[in-house]
Amino acid sequence: MKYSIPKTITNIESGWCPGCGHGIVTRLLAETTEELGISDKVIIVRDVACGSMQSGVVTYNNIGAAHGRTIAVAAGAKRIRKEDIVIANPGDGSAYSIGIESTMHAALRNENILALVVNNSVFGMTGGQMSPTTLPGQKTTSSPYGRDTSYNGNLLDIMKVLNTFDIAYLARGSVDSPSAVMKAKKYIKKALMMQQDNKGFCLVEILSPCPTNWGLSPEDSLKFIKEKQQEYFPLGEYVDKGGYDK
Amino acid sequence: MEKISIDVSRCKGCGYCICVCPSGAITKSEEVSKKGYTVISVDESKCVQCGSCYKMCPDYVFQIF
Amino acid sequence: MAKTLMKGNEALAESALRAGCRFFSGYPITPQTEILEYMSWRMREVGGEFVQTESEVAGINMLFGASAAGARALTSSSGPGFSLKQEGISYLCGTELPAVIVDVMRIGSALGNVFQGQGDYWQLTRGGGHGDYRTIVLAPASVQENADMAYEAFDLAEKYTHPVLIASDAAIGQMVEAVELKDFHDHDINKYDWVIKGRKEGEDKRIAENVYYAMGADEYKDFLLEKYKRIEDNEQKWESVNTEDAEVVLVSYGISSRVCKEAVKIARKKGIKLGLIRLKTLWPFPKKAFDALTSDIAGFLCVEMSILGQMVDDVKLATDNKFPVKCYSEFSNVPDPAIIIERAEKMLLENGGRK
Repeated sequence: MKYSIPKTITNIESGWCPGCGHGIVTRLLAETTEELGISDKVIIVRDVACGSMQSGVVTYNNIGAAHGRTIAVAAGAKRIRKEDIVIANPGDGSAYSIGIESTMHAALRNENILALVVNNSVFGMTGGQMSPTTLPGQKTTSSPYGRDTSYNGNLLDIMKVLNTFDIAYLARGSVDSPSAVMKAKKYIKKALMMQQDNKGFCLVEILSPCPTNWGLSPEDSLKFIKEKQQEYFPLGEYVDKGGYDK
Repeated sequence: MEKISIDVSRCKGCGYCICVCPSGAITKSEEVSKKGYTVISVDESKCVQCGSCYKMCPDYVFQIF
Repeated sequence: MAKTLMKGNEALAESALRAGCRFFSGYPITPQTEILEYMSWRMREVGGEFVQTESEVAGINMLFGASAAGARALTSSSGPGFSLKQEGISYLCGTELPAVIVDVMRIGSALGNVFQGQGDYWQLTRGGGHGDYRTIVLAPASVQENADMAYEAFDLAEKYTHPVLIASDAAIGQMVEAVELKDFHDHDINKYDWVIKGRKEGEDKRIAENVYYAMGADEYKDFLLEKYKRIEDNEQKWESVNTEDAEVVLVSYGISSRVCKEAVKIARKKGIKLGLIRLKTLWPFPKKAFDALTSDIAGFLCVEMSILGQMVDDVKLATDNKFPVKCYSEFSNVPDPAIIIERAEKMLLENGGRK
């Protein structure tokens, strides 16, 4: 079979809305860990909210962390289980708002984990409030007239911050097209290889659609990522200490 | 020979597959799933087995042989 | 092992390591800091993990991960730092994870000050965070007990898969006394069937999350009530001093209880029949200590270092409100034995002693 559903994906239907990117990111995680033969080592640390629904979709053992604490919890677990592959799965609200101090300091300590951040530019589960990655002008339930940076503050591009840090890997992918999905998969796979080789902290952010809270059709959500989100959050690899491309 | 298998019981009707299919093999069907989603259908004769639908599907509907 | 002189905080840290603790994550705050400092070098010597985290919040959450992964894990704090741990303690309870958290109490709300205090009693015994929970709270009154309780806390935490708090204070943490330490114990991180590690094919899936989700509301309610009852039935610990014929019984714990012991001695020499119930667990509250007393007691005098007399309610509950309960509370000063005796004499005058 050319393309088959990864074995680590269960038959349980996810609770995600139609067109939610979490399902794609979760499949990439399943594919990459299977291809690397590390499925039996994976520990997922998931956030509350939409990302938490990953627990039923995959067969991995996992830990449900408090909101914003996935990276700290994952770092704690990894230090005890160094042979395992520990993946924190925060959203943008979790990793860049309430949990930003742990994102920064896990990076400073070069904790040997992967932070796989699903960035949909809103707090999804609570109904689509403004997050640190909500775009200027973007309407959310807590920026009903559109994000006004003079009133709501500026947005955070984590790549601009962490690219100065001594970490193993930093990349931003997207799931807005089949080719983008394949690139995102490459980033995730590289980060997992780095963890296997004990290279240290990896953060891979994936721009991901939230049609429900963006008030857009799934098709228009893909366009929004390509045309709007990527204007503020350019894709690519920002730090790469792996040398796996050579 | 079978080219593609779909499990429409998982389909939530988001339509990503329809947007990305290069050969127009996928369309919205008339069928409404148990959960109330209008699911997709595939014209297998048009399928080129590129895997785009598989790659974009958030709900694991597709497998390509 | 021979006795050695150690500071309370350091004895606690060393004893935790000997109990098999191999993970510490914490943040500096006086008067707890020596635990962190001691762990910073000693944890490395024993091959464990030490992290000085970016905040207390990160400290308790790294501990959460380490505990879920199967380690014996410790964190410690004081005052405002201990408040920051509450979210994580609530999560440990909800998730049914064992861990040991030390509160080296200081005085006051807000910043307060670094001096010894016992004002965290309510926070410690009522579940200091959100939701329906309590934690086991051990109350050491000496450097030796700091060591012993830290050692025993991990077993207790695992017995009930529940966090255990140690209610130390600045005086107990900072004082130097002779202490006998227990032997090193190896902890196997794979000992329990709930620990989170990579899932091998064919193994059941393990999830560390609020157990309520898997149980459902009704079963969870019964489960929790049964668990807390089991702890209350089995884990009440206290020391009774001269309570058999006492006319006034002091109730105290930690640093204050040491003064009370002295007060009992002095009072007895004067012919005043003073006794003491020293709490070794704050929760479960040692109600059994009170059940054992006879009914002709003039009253109970709580001696504690909290302005509002935080222990009084528990003594009234433990005695079914049948006796007068007074409180001699100090704030930043350790209670004075002379004042304790004076208050006890006053209670005797007001309420009468044994006939």
